[in-house]
Amino acid sequence: MFKRSFLSALIVSLLLLTVAAQCAPQPAAQPAEEGPAKLKVFGAFATPIEEPWDGVIHSALLNAESEGLIDYDYTDDIGYAGDMERVLREVADQQKPDIIFGDAFGNEEAVRRVAADYPDIAFVFGSGLGPSEPNVSVFDNWIHEPAYLLGMLAGGLTKSNTVGVVGGYPVPEVNRLINAFIAGAKEVNPDVKVLVTFINSWFDPAAAKEAALAQIDAGADALYAERFGVIEAAAENGLWAFGNMSDQNELAPDYVVSSAVWNMNPTVQYVIKQVQSGAYTAQDLKDFSMMAKGGASLAPFHATESKLPPDLIKMVKEREEQIKAGLFRVDIDEAQPEAVN
Amino acid sequence: MDIFLIGLIAATLRVATPLLLGTLGELFAERAGILNLGIEGTMFFGAFVGFVVGGATGSLWLGVVAAIVAGILSGLLMALLSVQLGVNQHVSGLGITLLLVGLSLFGFRLVYGEPRVPPAIEPFGRLSPFGQTPILGPLFDQYALTYIAFALVPVVWWLLYRTSFGLQIRAVGENPEAADAAGVNVFLTRYLALVVAGGLMGAAGAFLSLAQLGAFTYGIIAGRGWVCIALVIFGNWDPVRVLWGALLFGGVFALQLRLQITGLQLPYETFLALPYLVTILALAIAGRNAAYPAALLKPYKRE
Repeated sequence: MFKRSFLSALIVSLLLLTVAAQCAPQPAAQPAEEGPAKLKVFGAFATPIEEPWDGVIHSALLNAESEGLIDYDYTDDIGYAGDMERVLREVADQQKPDIIFGDAFGNEEAVRRVAADYPDIAFVFGSGLGPSEPNVSVFDNWIHEPAYLLGMLAGGLTKSNTVGVVGGYPVPEVNRLINAFIAGAKEVNPDVKVLVTFINSWFDPAAAKEAALAQIDAGADALYAERFGVIEAAAENGLWAFGNMSDQNELAPDYVVSSAVWNMNPTVQYVIKQVQSGAYTAQDLKDFSMMAKGGASLAPFHATESKLPPDLIKMVKEREEQIKAGLFRVDIDEAQPEAVN
Repeated sequence: MDIFLIGLIAATLRVATPLLLGTLGELFAERAGILNLGIEGTMFFGAFVGFVVGGATGSLWLGVVAAIVAGILSGLLMALLSVQLGVNQHVSGLGITLLLVGLSLFGFRLVYGEPRVPPAIEPFGRLSPFGQTPILGPLFDQYALTYIAFALVPVVWWLLYRTSFGLQIRAVGENPEAADAAGVNVFLTRYLALVVAGGLMGAAGAFLSLAQLGAFTYGIIAGRGWVCIALVIFGNWDPVRVLWGALLFGGVFALQLRLQITGLQLPYETFLALPYLVTILALAIAGRNAAYPAALLKPYKRE
């Protein structure tokens, strides 16, 4: 008897500790200011915010908070085991936020089920599917345009005529970046060979590094790091690397030429304005994550700029301007890329 | 072909290193009768503590030592629960994994805040005793921890089979009652086995954060701890056979990454599944005569 109650006490206390450990320290509430009522915004993330995808959403919301536009609170690491629906319902009932941001991948139905029950709350979620009336808007990381520009840089910089990409899973969000990268490389250098490896994990940097080293053994001398771990392999061998999602130059300042950057600020600002003016509708916010509206960009070249061929920079910059002006369209190809292109 | 083969072997040794360290650790625990499912969390904790201490002090070796200490603490917690209190080993091990993963991520935010790019430090360089010698040079271009891990195999074998400490560990793992009657302190022996096990697991984690990557990220262990548990069974609780298991898994893993980019017209998942398929196959063939330590999973109580 004693043993059993001790055991359950142990389990409960371990679980409590774990839960406590996973709650992030929350930023202190800011003193109330005069002016229009601040919107209450909640972030609901399936992964820890250290994951780059959710990290981009989180940092845009933090920006909006520091600009005094919103009150922001979040829960991360919700996972894919059915907790998303419970968290969303609790938040909607108790905190009554004006907007809930998050990622719906792996939780698409739960998000839409809850949203239908709370039509007064704007649900703005990263999703591979479409918007749902009346209140679910969707966005996604449409950074295929900067990925194309990275491909141009890689195609122009490779000496061995072989470049490599290491990706997580061959899902549309990843495929369209890799395909754009390949297209960009081929535009500059039609003979270039592009190697593509998937590691079937979003987070296994050690495996990603091994995949990159295997590509280097196969002759690749410029690597696109769709996942973490690849830049380390490139830097170790003194090869060019390209980052993804955020500007990753600081990981290897001498070798990371540029990165395909996703920026959620335009999306967040737009939704806040819409909700404030009462004009919010369910829609696909795709355009706000593309280059023309500043939702995607090519990271600066930092210290590598002086080592890059000036004509290549000129060519890439021209393309960048054309994309922004709508004069050049990067194809969205979501088919799974071949291993050797 | 030469580059392919040499690259493959060099990669095999790299991939096998954390598996080997973790598996040798788990082997100690299981030979003493304790299934330590805290291994995944202990490796994660070791990777985290090693990275923080290595980064803060500027000494990577100090980081490795700190990771070992962290692993030892985790081993002591496991011992407290499963040896002292006789808690179900599955529950206490999984609890420790959950606890340490959460604790490490929490600690990460306390130390580094919420950086958009994971903090990085200059990792261990590699040691190449053969310099630029053709074949041997690139083959033995490995991290110090890799050499240490492989050197540990005979050491562990010697400890287990040629010392009285090893005999005591095996005795409490097979028949704690008889060992106790013979004057062996079952609790102390199991404590010590878990301490050694934890230290090795912590070092396995530190290899990933301090040698392989020079960074600590969420998901850095990525299930390697569970692979170690399987490798112990694969190796039939024998340190030398465990070595073959780690090399086989590491080798097929390195091979599949190379096969993926050869352009063979097969779905890439086929390659990714290879290490697991081969391990299962080898388990099915070699593991038929698996002889568990008889007292595994059984808490010992003195009557």
